[in-house]
Amino acid sequence: MIEFKLPSLGADMDEGKLLEWKIRPGDRVSKGQVVAVVDTSKAAVDVEIWSEGTVFELLVESGETIPVGTPMATLLEAGETPQNARHSPHTAAAPQASVAAAASSTPEPAAGVGRRRISPAARKRAEELGVDIETVDGSGPDGAVTLADVEQAAGASRAAAPQAAIDRQAEMRRAIAAAMSRSKREIPHYYLAEPVPMRRATAWLAQANAGRPIAARLLMAVVQLKAVALALKTFPEMNGFFRDGAFQPAAAAHVGVAISLRQGGLVAPAIHDVGEKSLEQLMTELADLVKRARAGTLRSSELADPTITVTNLGEQGVATVYGVIYPPQVALVGFGRIIDQPWVEDGALGVMPIVTTSLAADHRVSDGHRGARFLAELRELLQQPEKL
Amino acid sequence: MKMTYREAVRQAMHEALVADPRVFLMGEDVGKYGGSYACSLGFLEEFGPERIRDTPLSELGFVGAGIGAALGGLRPIVEVMTVNFSLLALDQIVNTAATLRHMSGGQFSVPLVVRMATGAGRQLAAQHSHSLENWYAHIPGIKVLAPATVADARGMLAPALADPDPVIIFEHAQLYNLEGEPAEDGHCDIATAALHREGADVSLVTYGGSLPKTLAAAGQLAAEGIAAEVIDLRVLRPLDMATIFHSVRKTHKAVVVDEGWKSGSLAAEVLARLAEECFYELDAPPARVCSAEVPIPYARHLEEAALPQPARIVAAVRRMLGK
Amino acid sequence: MDENELRAAVIATLKAIAPEVAEGDLRADRPLRSQVDLDSMDWLNFLIGLHERLQVDIPEADYARLVTLGDVLDYLARKLA
Repeated sequence: MIEFKLPSLGADMDEGKLLEWKIRPGDRVSKGQVVAVVDTSKAAVDVEIWSEGTVFELLVESGETIPVGTPMATLLEAGETPQNARHSPHTAAAPQASVAAAASSTPEPAAGVGRRRISPAARKRAEELGVDIETVDGSGPDGAVTLADVEQAAGASRAAAPQAAIDRQAEMRRAIAAAMSRSKREIPHYYLAEPVPMRRATAWLAQANAGRPIAARLLMAVVQLKAVALALKTFPEMNGFFRDGAFQPAAAAHVGVAISLRQGGLVAPAIHDVGEKSLEQLMTELADLVKRARAGTLRSSELADPTITVTNLGEQGVATVYGVIYPPQVALVGFGRIIDQPWVEDGALGVMPIVTTSLAADHRVSDGHRGARFLAELRELLQQPEKL
Repeated sequence: MKMTYREAVRQAMHEALVADPRVFLMGEDVGKYGGSYACSLGFLEEFGPERIRDTPLSELGFVGAGIGAALGGLRPIVEVMTVNFSLLALDQIVNTAATLRHMSGGQFSVPLVVRMATGAGRQLAAQHSHSLENWYAHIPGIKVLAPATVADARGMLAPALADPDPVIIFEHAQLYNLEGEPAEDGHCDIATAALHREGADVSLVTYGGSLPKTLAAAGQLAAEGIAAEVIDLRVLRPLDMATIFHSVRKTHKAVVVDEGWKSGSLAAEVLARLAEECFYELDAPPARVCSAEVPIPYARHLEEAALPQPARIVAAVRRMLGK
Repeated sequence: MDENELRAAVIATLKAIAPEVAEGDLRADRPLRSQVDLDSMDWLNFLIGLHERLQVDIPEADYARLVTLGDVLDYLARKLA
C-alpha cells in the first residue's frame, strides 16, 4: 500500500485545499500523472503523483483544507489486493471506527472517507444550471454540497469573483511574506553584480528573430535562462537546496522563473532541465508557463522543485536587481534592463548595450569568490549566444 | 362541533349501527363495560345484546367469528382491545381474512372491520405498548388505516364498512382524549395522505399517535425559522406515495416519524420508496425518528426517552439542515 | 477598417493580455508599455495578437517605433492601407 501525501509546493506552503480529484478508486495511475487540483495560497495547482499503482481509497474530500504531508489517497502496488495489502495506519483504523459507529444509536457516517458528499438534488441542479459541482463548496452536514450551495454558487459566481480575487491576493501576500521573512531570517545573503556587454547577444537575437514568424521569435529572457543553466554546470554550489543544516546540490538545473501576476504578487515556477533544452523549446515552455501562471493552473512539480530562481526585471525595469533567495534554494540570479552605456573596449570609448547581472547567494553554501566567478562565467556565456 | 377522539369513534359506530342493520359490534368488554376505552358506552342498552356482543378472551375465536359473519353477509365491527392481543388473531387476519378473496377466485369477500388500540405512552410496559401497524401494512389483501385526528376517527369507519375487503383501523391509545372538529358531513376518504401543515424546508411524514408530536415539532421549528411540511399518512396500506413525492419534490428533504421500531418499520418503507422514486430530488439523506430498539420500558422517564418526542424530531431536522 | 475599428481591435488585443486595462485611462501619447505594465512576454503576446487579428507582419526591427498607443495605431494604419 502506497500513501499519496499532499506535497509541499514551496517553502511558503503549510497547507492546501483540495479542489478536485482527477482520479477515482480503481484507476491506474502512473508517474507524473496529474491526480488532483490543490489550491495553495498562490494558485490552483495540478498535483502530480510520483508512484505507480491502482487507486484504492481517496482519504480527503474536495473542499477540505489539509496540512502538507497529510495522506490524501492510498494506492495498491502491483500484485496487491485490498485484502493482502499491507495496511497503513489509516486503513487499519477504519474497522474500529465502523464498530464504534455500529454501537452508537445514531451512527454518523465517517467523515472524510470516500466520495465527496453531493446531494442527488444538488448534482442534478448543477447540471441544469451548468455549474461545475466540483467547484461548489458544501455547507451541509459533513460538508455536503446541497441544493442551496449550487444555487448560491450559480447566482453568486459573478458577484463572488472579485471577493475571491481579493482573498487570493491577500493570501498570496501572506505567503510571500512568510517565505521572504524566512529567507531573510535564515539565509545569510551576499550580493554581487556585474555589467555584461550585450552587443553580441542582442545582435545575434535580432538576426535569429529576423527570419522567424512573430509567434516563433525568441526573447532575451530565454537566452539569459539558458546561460544561467549552463553556468551552473561549472558552479553546482549555486544550484540546489540548503536543508537540515547541509547543502544538497541538485543534479539538474530546474530554473524557477519569477513571474509577476497582473493582479499583484508573483510566483516562480520551474522550467525543468533548462541546460538540456534548445532556446526554441525554452521559449515555448516559458510562454506556456507565463500563461498558466497567470491563469492559475500550474503543476505541482513546477512549484515544488526549482533549484535556483532567475528574476528578470526586463526592458521596463531598472538597471540592477538584488534578489531575495527563495528558501530552501541557495541562489537567485537577477537581470536588469539592457541600457546603452559608455563603455571602453580596446582602449576606445564607445556605446555598449549593457545588462547588469546580479547574484544573491547563500553564504552558508558558497563564498563571494565563487559567486564572482559564476557571474564571470555567465558573462562569457552571453558573449557566445550562438552556442547557447 | 368540538369533540374528543373517543366521542368521534363512538359517534361513527353509532351512526353505522343505526344506518345498517347488518352492522354489529363484537369484542372484549364492548357491552356491559362500554368498551375498554369507553367507545361503546350505552350501546348495549340502545342496540341490545345481539348487536353489541361481549366475547370471551379469545381473539383467535372472535376474530374468526367476525370473518364468518362477514362471509355470511353481515358487516361486523370487531374490537380487539389492543394490538398487543391481536397477535393471537394473526392467523385469522393474515391467513384467512386477507386471502379468501384470492383463494376463492373472487367468489368470497370479507367485509370485516377490525378496530384496535395501539401504541405506547401510558406506562403499560413492554407487553401492552406495541406499535405493530407495519406488521399488518405488510399484508396484501387488507387495508390498514390510522386515524390520527378527530375527523378521521369520525369519518373513516363508514368507508371502511363499505369496503368489500377487510380493513384494520388502528386507534392510538394516546389520542382518545384528543379534542378536535369532525368534518361537517362526518365523512372522509380512506385512500389519501393528508397535508397538515405546509412548509418549504423539510417534509415530516408521520401517522397515528406521532402526528401531534410532529405538529408540535413543526411549530418549534417554525419559531427557529425552519418551515416544515407535515404529512399524515392516514392510510398505511396502500401508501399514498404521490402525496409524499409531491411534498419532497418541493422540500427535497424528508424525515419520517414512526413510533414503530426502526428496523423493518413503515418508516423504512417510506424511505425505501423515496430512494427508489425520488432519489434525484433528495438534498440530504432522508432520516427517521423511531422508537428505541428496546422493549418499551415501564418507568415513565424511560418510556418517554424510548419514544419519538418533539425534541428528537426537531433535532433530526436541525441535523439534516446542518443547523 | 476605419480608425475607430482599428483602435477597437488594438484595445481588444491589449485587454486579452491585460484584462484590467480601462480604455479611458490610456493616454495615446504616453509610452504604452509603462502605462499598462507590459513585460517583454506580454509585449510579444500583444504583437502576436495583433498579427493574428489584423494579419499584419511586424518585424522585430520595427519594435522600437512602437512606443505609444498612437505610434501603434499609426503604424498599423499604414501597414493596412
